[in-house]
Amino acid sequence: MLKMTHLSKVYRTEVVETYALRDFNINVKEGEFVAVTGPSGSGKTTFLTIAGLLETFTGGHYHLDGIEVSQLNDNARSKIRNEKIGFIFQAFNLIPDLNVYDNVEVPLRYRGMKAAERKQRIMDALERVGLASRAKHYPAELSGGQQQRVAIARALAGSPRLLLADEPTGNLDTQMARGVMELLEEIHREGATIVMVTHDPELAARAQRNVHIIDGQVVDLAEEPRFHAHNARVADA
Amino acid sequence: MFLHYLQLGLASLRRNPLLTALMVMSIGVGVAASMVTYAVFRVVSSDPIPQKSSRLFVPQLDNRGPRYNRNGEPPDALTYTDAMALMQARRAPRQTMLYQVGLSVMPQQPGRLPFKALGYATFADFFPMFEVPFLYGRGWNADGDDARAPVVVIGRQLNQRLFGGADSVGRTVVMDDQAYRVAGVIDDWNPQPRFFDMFSSNGYADPPQIFVPFNFAVAAGIETYGNNSCGSGGKRGSDRESWLRGECVWVSPWVELDDAAQVQGYRSFLEGYARRLREAGRFGWAPNVRLRDVRQWLDYRGAVPPESRIALAVAIGFFIICLVNTIGLLLAKFLRRAPEIGVRRALGASRRHIYLQFLAEAGMVGLAGGALGVLLTGVGMFGIGLVFQPQIACLAHLDLRLVALSLAVAIAATVLAAFYPTWRAAQVQPAWQLKSN
Repeated sequence: MLKMTHLSKVYRTEVVETYALRDFNINVKEGEFVAVTGPSGSGKTTFLTIAGLLETFTGGHYHLDGIEVSQLNDNARSKIRNEKIGFIFQAFNLIPDLNVYDNVEVPLRYRGMKAAERKQRIMDALERVGLASRAKHYPAELSGGQQQRVAIARALAGSPRLLLADEPTGNLDTQMARGVMELLEEIHREGATIVMVTHDPELAARAQRNVHIIDGQVVDLAEEPRFHAHNARVADA
Repeated sequence: MFLHYLQLGLASLRRNPLLTALMVMSIGVGVAASMVTYAVFRVVSSDPIPQKSSRLFVPQLDNRGPRYNRNGEPPDALTYTDAMALMQARRAPRQTMLYQVGLSVMPQQPGRLPFKALGYATFADFFPMFEVPFLYGRGWNADGDDARAPVVVIGRQLNQRLFGGADSVGRTVVMDDQAYRVAGVIDDWNPQPRFFDMFSSNGYADPPQIFVPFNFAVAAGIETYGNNSCGSGGKRGSDRESWLRGECVWVSPWVELDDAAQVQGYRSFLEGYARRLREAGRFGWAPNVRLRDVRQWLDYRGAVPPESRIALAVAIGFFIICLVNTIGLLLAKFLRRAPEIGVRRALGASRRHIYLQFLAEAGMVGLAGGALGVLLTGVGMFGIGLVFQPQIACLAHLDLRLVALSLAVAIAATVLAAFYPTWRAAQVQPAWQLKSN
């Protein structure tokens, strides 16, 4: 589903080159639930934005659903984003001026879908996250957990092949986080491929597979002393 | 989808009423200033007879010589002698001469006081050449020219005043103690600028109300009510006959020429005529003639008042300043929505989608600005007289064409102004926006 080989991302200024990702390799199979962990600044979010075609990369190869994406233009990348990828962000990223219904409708509009089908999909998605009754509410009228569920409904409405989640529970309290996580697990059980970036080892443990990133590279956890030290701290805590 | 963009634009404009009002006012005021001055400019710069302006020509003949003429240009009118010579030569399919007359009209109703009526002494070809529309009757014919018959063609207003608007053909009008038979009544006709008489008028005046045969007028001793230029070296003469035969110019000539060959032929004729006069000893200089069509004639005579050009230029400059101001406001408005743009891009909006959404929003600002501009243009029409001469100011008016033009200019200019802010908006990197959130 998602395969990156020898991928690199370099940020260049006049005096310095900074590698956000270096010789980065990952292969996520269809239907997998993968958690991506790593310390701050390790390149997790850069990986996710490249995976979601929100950013270009400097070198290497990236195949998404069998398509090599490096040569695609803006229109083609936008189309893939719209049709194959669903995003869930830590900050929810709902559009504050649109109500819940209209927020969920945004990606469907760009797909050129007919109004009746849009309505059906929106209401199905909102039912699924338990917010059908809040369709006319604005984001500011909802709790954080409800906003994240709207964001999940927005991601689900387009029936994406791949769901990318960036710290989906990072802004939520424990109870709300649990609810969102249960929702993601349910979506995964129904066949979705999910890649979730998280700092939280507890959440990461609930995924099928963990990928750890350090200094822009995927590392083998068994050979990484910093990982063991980190786990020990978590255990002590 | 475009309708959706319009809905989004409308919602966005409603969310920031103050910013929206500033942009709309900026566009509206700029459009109004431009349209008010353009309303005047289009009148003074328009072709008064577009269907045949390229076939009507003013022949000019230098009877003053290089010492007395103006920058080498022949005078703007002809002497009576030359006018009659050109008429008798009949080298054009149609030709006419004219000079301004002002006669005292005696009303038929008892107790009414005489009043002045202005018009022209001219030849029969005047009416078909200039496509004068008739309400009743017609102009006199060539026989009427030769017969020096006391006939008159009157204007609609005069006909209304004398005959209550009825068909007055065949009835009598007494002017300067001379009875004239009414040959025809012309409908509303007042080409602006008055191209056929730029010698005696500034191009803008009330419609002429009387037309009498040229030959009759000269024979009856009706003097010109317009200009009479004898120049520095002109011989005025002491009596009417010597004035008529002298070098003072006061007759405006017009010829109608249908193709390039006729134009070339007439120019050769003019040069030949001037050469013969030199050989005869009247002119002591090489032939110096001109043959200008209506547009060239109006340009040469400066029919567009300089204040109109200046006012239009100033107004356009002001509009550009308003647009620059709008660019700044749009830039602030659009970039404040960078997070929304980032989200939309992440959810599948291409840069083209962002362009369309924001340009549609700008178009709505332009539409609202245009509507305000139309209102202000309507108000501005009342104030034109403060800037322009009253006879020019009264010609400017707000019609459907100007309304449509105001809206089109406002929308087009605002969308154009929005290109840079929209381009900046479309460059928003979704990854950065979403990371920073």
